[in-house]
Amino acid sequence: MTVVIVVCGVLLTIGGACAVIRAERGPSMLDRTVALDIVVTTLTAAGALYAALERRTDIVPILVVLSLVGFVGSVTIARFASVEPPGEGRVRTPEEVAAEIAEALRLEQRAEAAAHPRPAESAQSTADDATGEVR
Amino acid sequence: MSIPWNEIADVAAIVCLLGGAFLAFAAGVGVLRFGDLLARMHAGTKPQVLGLMLVLTGLALRLRSGSAVWALLLVVLFQMLTAPVAAHMVGRAGYRTGKVRGDLLVVDELTADLRRAEQQPPA
Repeated sequence: MTVVIVVCGVLLTIGGACAVIRAERGPSMLDRTVALDIVVTTLTAAGALYAALERRTDIVPILVVLSLVGFVGSVTIARFASVEPPGEGRVRTPEEVAAEIAEALRLEQRAEAAAHPRPAESAQSTADDATGEVR
Repeated sequence: MSIPWNEIADVAAIVCLLGGAFLAFAAGVGVLRFGDLLARMHAGTKPQVLGLMLVLTGLALRLRSGSAVWALLLVVLFQMLTAPVAAHMVGRAGYRTGKVRGDLLVVDELTADLRRAEQQPPA
């Protein structure tokens, strides 16, 4: 029995490693999703192998949970996979990240100022805002 | 005469485990080697589900206890329910975002169907 489990484990390890390589290499998000789905199923099979070796029945609920969780992940990604712009898949440079954060902060402050004008200078600030809008 | 049911079940479990592990291995190699999203999806759905079913059948033959076998049946049921749904969603998203290469397909009924639907005004 142990020999069989070792052979099965080697096969599963190679298969899972191939899927991980594809998940790293995959040109699109959907390729990665499919590959990670295979990784989860391989993990389920590995848990089943361990349970078969040790004759343990308490592993079985883990298999149920794994088979459900893998499904949720792949469906979520497929549901929200929209058209990716060509530059979307790469890692951004620190300057781009800093520029994005500054832009978001600026928008947030403007929204804050528009939502809560200070009572003492409310007329002044609305006038400012109006001229700003026109400009 | 006494038939050695335990030994028979263990041997059947060994066969099932080996077959299932080989199919999972084939799924991994397929998803690495195939060149197209739909081909990778094929590797990720069919051999994978059959491999998991075989491994779980082997586990059930080895455990031979009622409640565990029912839970394993539940796992197989979930897998057979969810794998087509996930593959359908991935295929649809892939088609809509232009990841399906038309030149590799033998039959492409969806594109022709969409074109016909565009030409006919809705009733």
